[in-house]
Amino acid sequence: MHAPSIGAIVLRNLWVYRDRWYYGLLPNFFEPVFYLLGMGVGLGFYVSSGGAFGGDYLAFISPGLVAAAAMNGASFETTYNVFVKLHFGKIYDATIATPVGIEDVTIGEAAWAVIRAVIYGGIFLLVTLMFGTEASWRLVPAVAAIALVGYAFAALGLAFTSVVPTIDLFSYYFTLFLTPSFLFSDIFFPVAERFPPVLVTFAQVTPLYRSVQLVRGVVQGDFATVPVDVAYLVIFGSALLTFAVWRMRARIVR
Amino acid sequence: MELATNQRTNDVVVEALGLTKRFGGFVAIDAVDFEVRRGEVLGVLGPNGAGKSTTMRMIYQVTPPTAGTLRIFGLDTGRDARRIKAKLGVVPQIDNLDEDLSVRDNLRIQGRYHGLPPRLARERADELLAFADLQDKAKAEVRALSGGMKRRLTLARGLMADPELVILDEPTTGLDPQVRLALWDKMDELGKRGATLLMSTHYMDEAERLCDRLLIMDRGRIVASGTPRGLIRGALAPFVVEARLVAGDDRPFRRLAERAGAELVRAGERVSLFVDDGRAALTQLLDDGVDPERTFVRPSNLEDLFLRLTGRGLSEGPSGPVRGG
Repeated sequence: MHAPSIGAIVLRNLWVYRDRWYYGLLPNFFEPVFYLLGMGVGLGFYVSSGGAFGGDYLAFISPGLVAAAAMNGASFETTYNVFVKLHFGKIYDATIATPVGIEDVTIGEAAWAVIRAVIYGGIFLLVTLMFGTEASWRLVPAVAAIALVGYAFAALGLAFTSVVPTIDLFSYYFTLFLTPSFLFSDIFFPVAERFPPVLVTFAQVTPLYRSVQLVRGVVQGDFATVPVDVAYLVIFGSALLTFAVWRMRARIVR
Repeated sequence: MELATNQRTNDVVVEALGLTKRFGGFVAIDAVDFEVRRGEVLGVLGPNGAGKSTTMRMIYQVTPPTAGTLRIFGLDTGRDARRIKAKLGVVPQIDNLDEDLSVRDNLRIQGRYHGLPPRLARERADELLAFADLQDKAKAEVRALSGGMKRRLTLARGLMADPELVILDEPTTGLDPQVRLALWDKMDELGKRGATLLMSTHYMDEAERLCDRLLIMDRGRIVASGTPRGLIRGALAPFVVEARLVAGDDRPFRRLAERAGAELVRAGERVSLFVDDGRAALTQLLDDGVDPERTFVRPSNLEDLFLRLTGRGLSEGPSGPVRGG
């Protein structure tokens, strides 16, 4: 592991992004607007009038959607984008013929995915301000929480990418893992109140559930589960990143 | 004593002893010994599958050897990988340029991978764009380059770190003839500047034209080494009478070979007879009834040497003729 080499990998991605960031900006901005309008303002009226969520469904779902945005940002970078660089462009073959090692490449890609997650989740967080989230000092640790969510999902994405033989299998990752995570991780309803205990336990040990608890806790000032969530995401991310480095080496170095 | 050791380390850039690489049960490199000396252009000549690329990949630290020692700049392969790679320039067989970056940024980021300060990386990128005749394309996308331009950019990229050793893996395979010539000029230029080059090729004309010294490889082994001329002179008579046989009839050639004590090599329908006096040999063969339209004399070359050493041509694979790749 070599910090300047990891930095060079991040720099490379930054240069590519620098020429293209404006393409992503409008979707980045409007995705949260649509979600908050549809789910929060629209659906939220009927949900809130039933008396749940203290009459404010929008405030309930906003932090969870921020966490999901960070998850998506990190996931796209470390799945499709890394796979293409690995197999079609073969650019890592050239990179590791320089002093940069395969571990630097893998960690550098993770670091870049964290930056993307912060951009993605950060824009989402800013949009929630327009919809009435209070601007407060807690938005600062919220950005740190977004980065940690990005780290966990960057590591998971890289671990998956390091083992899949073909790009078609990413639909398993997105449809069969990320989509149920999105729906059953306490973003839209308290899972514990609706599902049988076995499923609840299962949901509670998934990374997005812990991410949602973390971001919601920080934004709403309820830090009860924050130490557990932080510990979970740090350990989860680090273990999978270690696995990804190991598998990437096996794939590229023969 | 210490002085002698240093001297040796300085003169020998790569030293391989009993270097072996196995992939499962397949022996790709079979206990080879060789060295690359500072300032020389060393060519590794051999057909596809001879083990040229594997040898080079072991030197540039992306394939670990199975056995043997491999020291580069006096450093141990594997353990000192980062320090070794810092002093290497690699031009791989397939262009693996970064298509998301411009031509110039491909060079700049290479500089950054090598830890050059931003300003130096920029300056060197501009110098090398000039060297590769790509100034006009600095801002172009890599995708928009022709095959020859991509190759020159890949060569320039390999020079970004001002390497002590440049490794070129089949640098001109698959290029048009005029593009090859242009690339040869660039490599000549590097050789004249005193760079140490290690290149692989399966073109004997390329090996003869560019290399000071050659290793001839076949099936994971080094079967001969020396200067191109020295190898030919040492092993072969100066002329070859070559013929394509009619219905496999090689009797006139056998007769002459026996009479003159000349060496005869047969590969399929092609025979080569190695002789000291080409004109006299041809006359005798024509007198013996061979078809003049299918028979000619030429100086012996590296292809003949390879054929003689292995019984196969350079363009053939390890188990008989192969088409393409």
